[in-house]
Amino acid sequence: MEVVMSFAIGFLFMAAVYLILSKSILRIIIGTGLLSHGAHLLILTMGGLGGEAPPVLADGVTNMADPLPQALILTAIVISFGVTAFFLVLAYRAYQELGTDNLDEIRRILADDD
Amino acid sequence: MKLNNVILKTTTQVVFFMIFLFSIHIFFAGHFSPGGGFVGGLLTASALVLLLLTYDLKTVQQLLPINYTTMTAIGLLLSLGTAATSAFLGDAFFKHYFDHFTLPLFGDTELHTAMLFDLGVYLVVVGVTMIIIQSIGGDE
Amino acid sequence: MMTNFLLTPIILPFFTAILLMFAPKKVYYQRVVTLVSLILTTACAVYLIQTIHTEGIQVVTFGNWPEPFGITMVADMVAMLLVTTSVIVALFTVWYSFKSIGIEREKFFYYPGVLLMLTGVNGAFLTGDIFNLFVFFEVLLMASYLLSVLGGEKGQLRESIKYILVNVISSALFVITVAFLYSVVGTLNMADISVKIAELNQPGIITTIGVLFLIVFGLKAAIFPLFFWLPSAYAAPPIPVLALFGALLTKVGVYAITRTYTLFFVHDTGFTHTLLLVLSCLTILAGCIGALSTFNVKNIIIYNIVIAVGVILYGVAQMNEDGLMGAMFYIVHDMFIKASLFFLVGIMIVVTGTANLKKMGGIMRTYPTLAWTYLIAAFGLAGIPPLSGFIGKMLIVEGGLAAGNLWSSLWILLSSLIVLLSVIRIFIYGFWGEAKTLVPKESRTHYKQLLIPSMLLVLLTVAYGIGAEWITPYMQDAADVLLHPSVYTDAVLKE
Repeated sequence: MEVVMSFAIGFLFMAAVYLILSKSILRIIIGTGLLSHGAHLLILTMGGLGGEAPPVLADGVTNMADPLPQALILTAIVISFGVTAFFLVLAYRAYQELGTDNLDEIRRILADDD
Repeated sequence: MKLNNVILKTTTQVVFFMIFLFSIHIFFAGHFSPGGGFVGGLLTASALVLLLLTYDLKTVQQLLPINYTTMTAIGLLLSLGTAATSAFLGDAFFKHYFDHFTLPLFGDTELHTAMLFDLGVYLVVVGVTMIIIQSIGGDE
Repeated sequence: MMTNFLLTPIILPFFTAILLMFAPKKVYYQRVVTLVSLILTTACAVYLIQTIHTEGIQVVTFGNWPEPFGITMVADMVAMLLVTTSVIVALFTVWYSFKSIGIEREKFFYYPGVLLMLTGVNGAFLTGDIFNLFVFFEVLLMASYLLSVLGGEKGQLRESIKYILVNVISSALFVITVAFLYSVVGTLNMADISVKIAELNQPGIITTIGVLFLIVFGLKAAIFPLFFWLPSAYAAPPIPVLALFGALLTKVGVYAITRTYTLFFVHDTGFTHTLLLVLSCLTILAGCIGALSTFNVKNIIIYNIVIAVGVILYGVAQMNEDGLMGAMFYIVHDMFIKASLFFLVGIMIVVTGTANLKKMGGIMRTYPTLAWTYLIAAFGLAGIPPLSGFIGKMLIVEGGLAAGNLWSSLWILLSSLIVLLSVIRIFIYGFWGEAKTLVPKESRTHYKQLLIPSMLLVLLTVAYGIGAEWITPYMQDAADVLLHPSVYTDAVLKE
């Protein structure tokens, strides 16, 4: 299972890097989303897969899952939600203000202004 | 942007309340099973976004005259207040208290202060999401 | 109540930020509440320093969980000195902002942004949990995104996109690194990690994680190959925000490197600390080239941030008492002096209407006080005795010599001269020479209100330099914690 997860994570990172290196801001934002998904899956895998029952709730559970990675992932998801939302608003404002979401053109527009 | 879509409008009137009630259910389920303030807040926000899609921003603002900045602030205050209460009672910050109460209709119920914290999270999530949606959708 | 007292530098700014959110348009209310809250926080922080000095490290674990299961907050001398410095810098910056940031920004959550950033910065210093460190990093970054884009000028928008992208990637790397660390040691409590790594005797994988941490925090601290984003991202926002970023944000990264490299990766320093040493020297080189290459006053000081990061980390890389104590002395000095230099440069930009040195000249004839204040601050930055930079740099060099790094220590000394040259260039071009046109008198009326906080902050750095002897016992405590991980771990895991 860990091997499959590793491939999934690697694939996510690969796609994220590809998207982040593109010129459109929107693609870059999607890339950062994929990057954080990959990181979250990595935490889950690193905490050790396996363990079926939730811990603490019932007595006598032996095969319990590690609750910590899940808590970390939840926190990280909330944070990446906030950052992505902010990033989207910023991209939208930049699009309004500069009339394009292509980073090369933004650079050119600003160079003309100076 | 004026949409004249009868099917969407009619469905929204029903579906909005279904999503909203479900979000409240999810919110209260939070302590022992999947759910909680964050998910509940997102669901409520999505119900509001559905309203925004169907009607325009002004109509919704007249319908629900809520200042979302204040809502976020109240949520933060509630969360911080719940976490800080234990500090005034001589325990460590974030200590949470719970007890069993017998309530009418519900019977024996376990009440947690963590619920108040989660209510704060709920308000913050709804507030922040709506601020973002409004700032993007505000200037069509 | 007393057990939780160490949380006040985090909770007070946070609580104030919430209060301010209720009335964003009332500028007067915002200013007064922010100022009062920051003064209160400063008082709490100073009291805490004294408490730690007399009673030792303060620890609280959220929700009465036993360590190492709960999230622990640890106030040791290293963290607390930095917290106090940050709060004081924020206090002066807010004062300076009254007349320089502009009403529009003040009405659009500027003060809540500053306070939330301070919450994040203080939290990052005080936390004793590696994942919580990530959370506080995100808090301060979110606030800094808001501050950097506030105002929405075109240049700001572009630089903010770059700044956010760099930080999102470094945050993802942080999560990945924490995941690796967790899979090896199975804990997130920093004291517990230190103990576990000592038990494992630092196998190779831990060294790899150490290098990963250097990359993660190095992106935030702007060390040699990773500083590329800093100059343009910092130059875009207005001066008070720049002062806040320059004084606080990179220092959080430096603190995180210092903490992990003195608490976790101390058993096999052959690779990690040599790498840190080499990178810190290269960072100084890159900063020096940058500082001499530009005629933009903002950028000259910004590149000096990069140089200072290198000097501090050079002290940390020595891993001996002199080096670490020098690093502590220097980091506090640098936070004060960078903020005051940005303030002064900001005034220069206000009175001349340009940031280009070639278009400035002869400001001294109109504003002699500004010129002399600037000269003192510049000498302080270069470390001319008895000003504040001297003692830190001297200890760092002594540490370097004691560790047998002769050539790199000489390089640190040489870099001081380049630093002096770079800031004296501003003095020669900007203040000396024939007077060039200033902006019309009506738009210079705030000069006094801007100069007073700047002068007071410069005075504070002078006092810090002259009073170094009284501060030494506190710095000694800090160096002790850094030098002996057991001091930290024993205090946290006492139960």
